[in-house]
Formats: sequence, C-alpha cells, structure tokens
Amino acid sequence: MTLEVEGLKVHYRTLKGDVRALDGVSFSLADGEIVGLAGESGCGKTTLGKSLIRLDGRMRHVAGTAVLDGEELPIGDDKAMNPRRWSAVSIIPQYSMSALNPTRRIGRMIAELLRSRGKSYRDHRDELVRRLELVGLEARVLDNYPIELSGGMKQRVVMVLSTLLDPSLLIADEVTSALDVTNQKAVAETLVRFRDMGFVKSMIVVTHDLSLVYQIADTIMVMYAGQIVEKAPAETIIKAPRHPYTRALIGALPEVGLEYGDERLQSIPGKPPHLLHPPTGCRFRARCPLAADECAAEPPIVAVEAGHEVSCWKAAD
Amino acid sequence: MGRYFRRKLLIYGLTFVIAVSINFAVPRLMPGDPVARMLTRNSVANIESSEAMRAYFNQLFGLDVPLWQQYLNYWAALFRGDLGVSVFAFPSPVASVVADALPYTLALLLPSILLSWFAGNALGAMAARNKLLDNGALPIGYVLTAVPYMWLAILLAWVGGIILGWFPVAGGYSFALTPAFTWTFIVDLLHHWVLPFLSLFVVALGGWAIGMRNLVIYELESDYSNYLQALGAPNRLVRRYAFRNAVLPQITGLALQLGVVVGGALVTEVVFAYPGLGSLLLEAVNSQDFFLLQGILLFIVIGVLVFNFLADIVYVLVDPRTRLGLEGGQS
Repeated sequence: MTLEVEGLKVHYRTLKGDVRALDGVSFSLADGEIVGLAGESGCGKTTLGKSLIRLDGRMRHVAGTAVLDGEELPIGDDKAMNPRRWSAVSIIPQYSMSALNPTRRIGRMIAELLRSRGKSYRDHRDELVRRLELVGLEARVLDNYPIELSGGMKQRVVMVLSTLLDPSLLIADEVTSALDVTNQKAVAETLVRFRDMGFVKSMIVVTHDLSLVYQIADTIMVMYAGQIVEKAPAETIIKAPRHPYTRALIGALPEVGLEYGDERLQSIPGKPPHLLHPPTGCRFRARCPLAADECAAEPPIVAVEAGHEVSCWKAAD
Repeated sequence: MGRYFRRKLLIYGLTFVIAVSINFAVPRLMPGDPVARMLTRNSVANIESSEAMRAYFNQLFGLDVPLWQQYLNYWAALFRGDLGVSVFAFPSPVASVVADALPYTLALLLPSILLSWFAGNALGAMAARNKLLDNGALPIGYVLTAVPYMWLAILLAWVGGIILGWFPVAGGYSFALTPAFTWTFIVDLLHHWVLPFLSLFVVALGGWAIGMRNLVIYELESDYSNYLQALGAPNRLVRRYAFRNAVLPQITGLALQLGVVVGGALVTEVVFAYPGLGSLLLEAVNSQDFFLLQGILLFIVIGVLVFNFLADIVYVLVDPRTRLGLEGGQS
C-alpha cells in the first residue's frame, strides 16, 4: 500500500471564515496504481493534490492523516515536509508553461535545484538526459531558456524534472488542461510510461476531463463539495456509475460516433454548494434528481462491490 | 543581436536630431529679446551707441541671419563642440560655464541615485519577506516618496543647519575659500554636500524600496517560485531567483533616473544654493540666456539618451526574454 489517506480535512482561511475545501477525505492507493481524481471546479480536487505535497499560505491542515510507504506525512509542517518533497512526493503543476525560472538556462536551474537539496548534478545528469530523450527532447534543451521552448516542450521538461528523483507518489494536477488534443494524448501516455518504467510508484491524476482520465487511470475517484462521492475501477465509473452525481457527469460527456444535431448535451442544473457553510446531509441533495427525505442525513459509504464505494443513500437501489 | 542594436542606434539618433531641433526652437519661441536685455543691463543711454552695440551683439551671437541659417549654423557649431557664448556670464563660452557646474551636479546626483538604488532594493527585498519590517518600513517608505524633494530639503536645512548647526545650509563651498585641491577645501566641499545629498537620497530610497518590495512579492508568488517550493527547494534559492528577476524592472528605472541626472534636482540645488546645473538652468531662464539654456538642455538630452542606451544593453545582457523577443523569437 503506497498511500493511505484517512479523514483528511483542509480548510482555506478567508476573512469570512474557513472554507472547507476538503472535508473528511479517505482513500488508499496501491503500488503502481494510477488514480484519476475528477469533479467540477471548486470541488476540492486540486486542494487534495496540493495538501499531499505543499499547503499554500491560506491552507490549514485541520484533521486527518496521510501515510506514505508506512511513514506519516507531516502535512501541516512545511519544514518537515521539505525533505520528502520531490524525492518521496512530487507534483506536475497545473502551470507547467510558467513553472521554470524565465531567466535561467534550464540545465543550470536544475543543477542549482539539485544542489540546493544536497544532491549532485553530475550524478543525475546522465539519467536526466536519458529521460529527456525518452520524451523526445534533445539534451540541447538544457542549454535553452524556457522561452526558447514551445509549450509542449516545457510541459515535458517539467514532467521529467518532477519525476527525476523517482518519487513514490506523483500528483499530476490538471496537466493536460492547457494543451491541445494531440499533446493531451501524448502527455497521458507519458504518464503511464513513467509508471511502467518505475520512475514513479503511484500517481494521482487530477482532472476535470473524465474521458482523458478514463484512458490512463486504473481507478477513478469522483469528488463533490470537498468529499469523495464515488470510487471505482475506471471501467466501472464510466460504464456503471452508481452515484447520481457521477451519472450526471458522465451524461454531460459527448459520445464519439453519435450525431447530436440540434440536441443539446445534458448539463447538471444548479451550482455546487459554497463550502463556507456546506449543507448538512448529502451535499448533492439540492441538485439530485433522486433526492428524498433520508438524504437530509449524512449518507453512508456503501461498498456495492469489491473496490466500488459509493456515498449515497440510493446506492443500493 | 547586431540588428537589434543597429535599430536601437537609429532610433536614438533620430531622437537626438529631433531633441536638438526642439532645443534650438524653444528658447527662440520664448518671449523677450536677450540682446535688448543685455543692453538695458549695461544701461547704454546713447541711442547711437546702443544701436551699434545691438548690431555687434546680434552678429556675435549669430542672430543677424534668418532663422533657417541660424539653425544650420547651430548644427555646424555643435559638431565643432562650440555651444556659443553665454549671455548671462558674458563673455564665457557656454561649454565652460556648463563644465564648471557639471561636477557639482554629478557629485550630488550620482551617489544619491546609486546609493538609494542599492539601499532601497536591499531594504525592499528584506521587507518582502519579513512581516515586521514590512509593517514598519512600508508606511515610512510611502511617506518618504510622497514628500516633495524641496520640502524635505527645507526641513533638512532647518534641522541640520539652523537647529543643530551641524551643516552649512547654502553654497557648494565656503565663500572664504577658493577652489583648490587641498584637504581644507575638500572637507569643506563634503560638508556642504551632505544636506543636499541626504534630501535626494532619502526621498529616492523610499520609492526604490516600495517598488522592490512589490516586485519581490510578485515574484515570490509566481508560478516558478511555487514550483520550486513544491520540489522542496530551500527558501534561499527561491528568494535568490525572485530577487534576480525582480531587479530587472528596477534596472530600467535606474537608467531612467540616471538619464535625468544631468538635469539635476533643480529645486534641491536652488534650495541649497548649490552651484550645479539646476541652479544654472534657473539663472539661464531668468536671464533669457538662449545659448546657455540650449547648452544645458543638450547635456540633459545626451544624458537621457546615453543612459537609456546603456539600460537597453544591460537589459539584454541580464534578461534572456528581451534578447529573444527582439531577435524575432528564433532559438
């Protein structure tokens, strides 16, 4: 078991009070597993990804634990997390295009970063070049400034850099959002290849693009309003979703080979609740077509079959 | 890169020609006749001798030919390094009048601009990462930048010169001394230099510090800083990168400041009766001294252009983005 997250709560501090972006999230991740984390904007998926590596200034670790390879991650302690970053947990950020210092040659920046972590550039250079070539970049890019590379090239440099120290857990945060479709496919395939070649042990792929994550993930978790509402093998989530929210998400996807004509794609009516004062009971209640009286109470987590968990009163139906 | 600098040089050359032409035109568009003024000053009562003197002066200053010819003569003289004869300090040539005042202005402005730039950047960068210092330094910085130079100058003259009596309040050196390369004179010079220097230094310091603080904070919140921190880079490295990138716009600001160096802080010099270009400019305007005015403005124009060009070069050296952008982006 690579990662074990238990009851994780992370709040954002705002002037109006705490926004409960993560409100009791529990899941586990096996060695070699790629988990897709899907949901609408503002459901807490990026917050979950970030809290496993670095809380930003406004985020506060309230409760819960995360255990990586049998060792607890000191989530709330920025200093104690530092030695684990990059080598145990790493991230490919949303903003790969601007993730590199614009005024340093890429090779020099990597060298300085390695040295600042007490590692030798010379020891890692051969592996770095090998991996750059693996993603189709020449060693020459190390002598370039970031501005001299295209967006896709920068993305690949960041992917190689983030995984250079063979982290146990990699968080890929909306890595494909800023790319065109051909690049999206290539990036997704690279992620799988990195896992297969053992550069990373397991991976959390944060995305709002269910169709993309379906192609690479073993398991998909769907988040809604700071909680995980359904977790199942990728195939099951797409083919046989049980939570009404997951169904609505899948229903909103266009299908290949279907003529839509004048027909409009189904969208989910309403908006996700504000997490400053999250509603009691099932949080999807207000938008749910199946909502009934029992939904006013917190729904139980039901294992409908092995590896398929749903947090819904109607899951058994 | 050669093409970039050639293009820049062309632009600066054009700017120079236009600036010099305007420089030629402006004093001549001012109301008043400098020769008539000189005559009144010499109070020549006799009409005949007055006419003779007027003709003499007009010929001496080259005002007896049509305007277009004056313009051409002006350019020709410029290339010979001849800026004409000063009306106000007649018969000294403008070049030597300016050359006498220039060292005072440079000695006042160069140190105050450079030192305030270094100190302000250091202070701003420190304030950006220290809440306590930020809360203290920032309001003081805002007050300092908002303060007009001359107000602070008057305040300093009052406190340092009148109340404490530590420093003289006027002049570049004591009237009792004649300029010479002796210890007494140099110490006296420094003594007179302190207050005007301080008034310029302190006001500029606040501006640099505030600018740097905001720039560093912006850089520290930028994506590359976040990424470095996510990869566990120590604060030292993150700050070093942020500082280096934040200083780039400050370099442009410094070059612009250095450009106006020659123009000087006119008001400060006037307050302290400091014998620099600023005081000279004021006297030139007051006595409608075309040639002196032109000479001073020419120095200012050249200063602005030269320092801007230097800034362009420095910028290209320190920021790869400009280098590429101006080459058309090919790698």
